[in-house]
Amino acid sequence: MTIATPPDYAEGDSPAGRPARPAAVARLFASMAGEGILAKIWWTCLSIGLFAGLWEFCWAVGWADPKLLPPPHIFLGNIVEQAKFFNTATRWQVGQSMNAGPSAFESVMITVGATTMRVFVGLLIASVLGIAVGILIRYSNLFDKLVLPTITLLSPVSPIAWLPVAIFLFGIGNGPAIFMVVVALFFHMVLATVTHIDGVSPNLINVARTVGATKRQIYTRVILPAILPGMLAVLRMNLFGAWMVVLVAESTGVGYGLGQVIMLARNTFNPSLVFFTIAVIGLLGFTFDWLLRQAQRRILYWLPDTKGKLRGL
Amino acid sequence: MASSPPTFSSKDAVVCRNVGKTWAAGTSRAHEALRGIDLDVKPNEFVIFLGPSGCGKSTLLYLIAGLEEATGGSIWSFSDKVETPSPERSLIFQETSLFPWLTVWENVSFGLSIRGASRAERRAVAEEALQRVGLKAAMEKRPDELSGGMRQRVAVARALAMRPKVLLMDEPFAALDVQTRARMQDFLLDVWRDSGASVLFVTHHIDEAVALADRVVVFTARPGRIKTIVPVDLPRPRDLFSREAEALRIQLTDLLRDEVDRAFAEQEGLATVA
Repeated sequence: MTIATPPDYAEGDSPAGRPARPAAVARLFASMAGEGILAKIWWTCLSIGLFAGLWEFCWAVGWADPKLLPPPHIFLGNIVEQAKFFNTATRWQVGQSMNAGPSAFESVMITVGATTMRVFVGLLIASVLGIAVGILIRYSNLFDKLVLPTITLLSPVSPIAWLPVAIFLFGIGNGPAIFMVVVALFFHMVLATVTHIDGVSPNLINVARTVGATKRQIYTRVILPAILPGMLAVLRMNLFGAWMVVLVAESTGVGYGLGQVIMLARNTFNPSLVFFTIAVIGLLGFTFDWLLRQAQRRILYWLPDTKGKLRGL
Repeated sequence: MASSPPTFSSKDAVVCRNVGKTWAAGTSRAHEALRGIDLDVKPNEFVIFLGPSGCGKSTLLYLIAGLEEATGGSIWSFSDKVETPSPERSLIFQETSLFPWLTVWENVSFGLSIRGASRAERRAVAEEALQRVGLKAAMEKRPDELSGGMRQRVAVARALAMRPKVLLMDEPFAALDVQTRARMQDFLLDVWRDSGASVLFVTHHIDEAVALADRVVVFTARPGRIKTIVPVDLPRPRDLFSREAEALRIQLTDLLRDEVDRAFAEQEGLATVA
């Protein structure tokens, strides 16, 4: 890893237009030392830069065959060339030529937009449904007994197994992809909700009971806010899960989407397109995770930041 | 409600008659925590429950609070049979029990918001209660911005806001350092005098009993029974280094030592069996 470090410092430095003078390097180290947004950006760039650098290194010394594992400068080099393959939106229409339809940039946007929409609609339905069912399970003893065994039974089933069901039920289009996301997340969401409710401090519930809160008030005023931090953490994990499942769903039952692009790349033996799509997915996942964390910080205003404590160890 | 109260003054703050509690009753894991507790607590009396750990003194507090159900006997408070929790009998826990998502004043007025009181009314009550515990300045803070001692004072303020007749305290100062604890004891005595409530206070610190109690109820080891009740006649404010205080300390230490020895013997017995 140490071999790749010096060029990466230079790489991170040059966009800012500063020469790699000792003073500039010192300033760079200074800005990396803190916990501010600038330091975070530096470390993110360095982390990705190290990974890319290692790959480029493997290519440079001839370990990575550029036809099979094209390094970043190759698969990112011909973005325009690759982007036109995203035009799967109209490709399946009989008689459409490869160059007809939306422009390369538009088709990337259409594809990314379609996949993102499926991820979010699926995540939303799974979360609302999962949390509601989880709360109902603890709220009503009868519901618990009737529903929880089935939920637990279905929970370990791989989303892949649901794929045929998705197509039987919803045919082709957005339906099966969203169904796949929902079915992949729903059961875990229910079980996580139940687990988090069971973890609520009995003292908090007893305080509410003492002042005469009804069962409903205990759920809305104590249990819901108490499980919220845990549920948002689960939601964040599920966001990644949703991105994984949506690709599987799209690779089969849908006309267009990032999953279709991956399938196209596979069928046409185009590793550059595969890696380009992976880069797009990674960037999207990263962005939405960041957005979710920002939202989390605002929603969970009362939680102290405990990350620093672990750093000190 | 149908059962008529036995012979006791209906003005008594807490009356226990032959109260028992067996956890997990009827199962193989059943274990008896309390047996045959008879106790009368007068209004505005300060009663300390002292005993070895695991003797069921906290359990008795939960039973009086109505948070757990007794498996034997019955409990009354001001001639009402204790069957459910009530804001008149507020329990203050050992660990912090503030809602971390609410500000200090919102925590204090939580009970009023459950009853649907207006914001202005809630704020006024919270302000008054916080004034009494000396934390009016911290109204807008969140619990995680407070020290352990301050949090327990907020918990006391929350109980006071409901105008309780009985304050039940389950080792409330156990997690605090010695200096803070001494300061909190003085504070609690002030609150107790102002509020006119009875206080039932669980501890295993003999010093705490000497500093606070009108009467000390000494419990036996499991199952918890009342071994003896020691009246404390020391004048208030108390000189904790007087000869009388020292004598009481020695008396309580002796009483407690027997029970701790028994508890240890029992635990060792369990250990050899297992």
